[in-house]
Amino acid sequence: MGYVAVTGGQKAIEHANDLTKYYRLKNADGVLNIKEIEAQFRLLIDRVMGEGGLYAPEYAALALKQAEGDPAEAAFLLRAYRSTLPRNHYSLTVEPSEMRVLRKISSSFKDIPGGQILGPTYDYTHRLLNFDLKNEETDVIKEFLADFELSSKVDGEDITTYGKVTDLLQQEGLVGNHSCEEVEPFDVTRDKLIFPASRSARLQILSRGETGAMTSFAYSSMRGYGVVHPTIGELRVGYTDVYIPYPYGEEDDSIYIGEIMVTEVETINSFAQNEQGNVEFLLGYGLTFGQNEVKAIAMAILERSLETEGTSPTQDEEFVLLHIDSVEAHGFVSHLKLPHYITFQSKLDRIREAKNTKQNNKTIEQAVTFNPF
Amino acid sequence: MKMEVAHTYNYAFLDEGSKREIRRSVLKAVAIPGYQVPFASREMPIGRGWGTGGLQITLSLIGEKDTLKVIDQGHDDSVNAVSIKRLVETCSNVRATENSEEATIIQTRHRIPEIPLRQDQILVLQVPLPEPLRRVEAKEKDTKRLHAEMDYSSIWLRLYEDIVKWGKITIGADYPSMVNGRYIFNPSPIPRYDLLKLHQANGLFLFGAGREKKIYAIPPYTDVKPLEFDDYPFEVENFDGLTCQSCGSKDVFLDEIYDAETGKKRYQCSDTGYCQTKQNERGSFV
Repeated sequence: MGYVAVTGGQKAIEHANDLTKYYRLKNADGVLNIKEIEAQFRLLIDRVMGEGGLYAPEYAALALKQAEGDPAEAAFLLRAYRSTLPRNHYSLTVEPSEMRVLRKISSSFKDIPGGQILGPTYDYTHRLLNFDLKNEETDVIKEFLADFELSSKVDGEDITTYGKVTDLLQQEGLVGNHSCEEVEPFDVTRDKLIFPASRSARLQILSRGETGAMTSFAYSSMRGYGVVHPTIGELRVGYTDVYIPYPYGEEDDSIYIGEIMVTEVETINSFAQNEQGNVEFLLGYGLTFGQNEVKAIAMAILERSLETEGTSPTQDEEFVLLHIDSVEAHGFVSHLKLPHYITFQSKLDRIREAKNTKQNNKTIEQAVTFNPF
Repeated sequence: MKMEVAHTYNYAFLDEGSKREIRRSVLKAVAIPGYQVPFASREMPIGRGWGTGGLQITLSLIGEKDTLKVIDQGHDDSVNAVSIKRLVETCSNVRATENSEEATIIQTRHRIPEIPLRQDQILVLQVPLPEPLRRVEAKEKDTKRLHAEMDYSSIWLRLYEDIVKWGKITIGADYPSMVNGRYIFNPSPIPRYDLLKLHQANGLFLFGAGREKKIYAIPPYTDVKPLEFDDYPFEVENFDGLTCQSCGSKDVFLDEIYDAETGKKRYQCSDTGYCQTKQNERGSFV
């Protein structure tokens, strides 16, 4: 009986829920431990935290476990949880120039202050399946970790801060030296986005955007449907301190609340003449939670692209900002799975009427457009 | 699930600040019938596009004394309706019902119950696309200006072009209408049949679009007029001469069902709550 099969509600849902649990566990030798997911799926955790807009590695790991590893579903779980949390403070502006750097590279300069630091990256690995991973043993892992930590400085207090590449360009007057005030940002989780969007709103949407969608859009700009094809001035990954204003103190008082790992990208684009008549480079900016390099680069490209007048899709603010959100795109595309027989009945009625009216005209030139909501 | 939600989350899921903000947007929407009030839509534990706008309104309004009915396509038992109902039940103490006359709040997708709303009832509609002018203008910036200037020529032109090409207006559900002589609005994808129930109604209709972050309202006793030309009047879906196979009702919105075995076409009330009541009244269980 067609659509009637999808009703039956309560029991069907309960059974479907049990089935997902069954499919999640059916071939399991042991249960996945949240701590291990957090530690060993580090990049996926970073991605989910970025798209979920919530810096909480443990909860991201839990969400991934619950979602059988689907990043979109995990980001969705985090967002839904996040929306129940009260908003108590806005942090002070984070200073990535004071970041404790794990990794920093520049493709614009051969050498940069402090040198190029590769840090943890897959960029130079050969993408060959490593079959040794099938049989990793705890003892061997422990031995490797102990040896490595003895011989190297990792993740400890030895990590230092470095000046930024764009500061060099700024000293030479090659990039704009715009001052900006510390103002409370437009909060996209508390206000509806309006167009044209403020810069802080734009950056927030980009920062929470879906990695794949942003990569595609940025790619389209680089390979012909756009004007932005930058050089990376600097990409850096590291820990940065977060402060909130002290609620009862003087204007400058602040409280340290912890640190977060971020990826920051500054891209250098073509140059232009500024309002004062000086010629300077145009920069693009990307910042994401965790180590999320391709997304941060894509963000810098799209950010620059949106600052540039033009007709390509990536220069259209509404087009970019409204379509890169994983939760919204995922939700609306998946709603097509819900039954639609009321609207379809309405449409059937229309096509029959239109058919009767057009009886004498045998050729229907064009299909009627219809919105299946 | 029940334990976790009850212990970890606030009453009715959203925090009190969020609920207050949504209620303020609702009040503004009621004050300006048909105007799309932007609001800071939260991510909800159901999919964006699965009724989060309606759900946020419901959760921000609902209290201990309320009785809730949730319908999807007319069905109380449709999977998404059941899922939403369960979520509200899990995070509040609200009682659910299938009888629209018992409910104080009815959240719905696609249908308005056959029995007219009373003054003390609120119907919350889930809205996929709140902007009626989206059919003719892709950009929000421009549609906002068109509404402000009451420049609705492009949507009228769209209807005219339909008539030239098809001899009929081809918009099915979600038929654009004028509210209180000021704003054109989308009634959410209710069938044209249900649209007439909004005009000078006794109850309050609230529309929530979660993904698009807008709330709007049709207050009681407000004019709602479908867009139509004098010589091409508005038409509702036609069920002349058809009756429900289960309760025998005429003059209701019917689902068209194909029998899987015989391939024969049959008709049945789309409003399952109404159909059940009628069957009980007539003592006939088919």
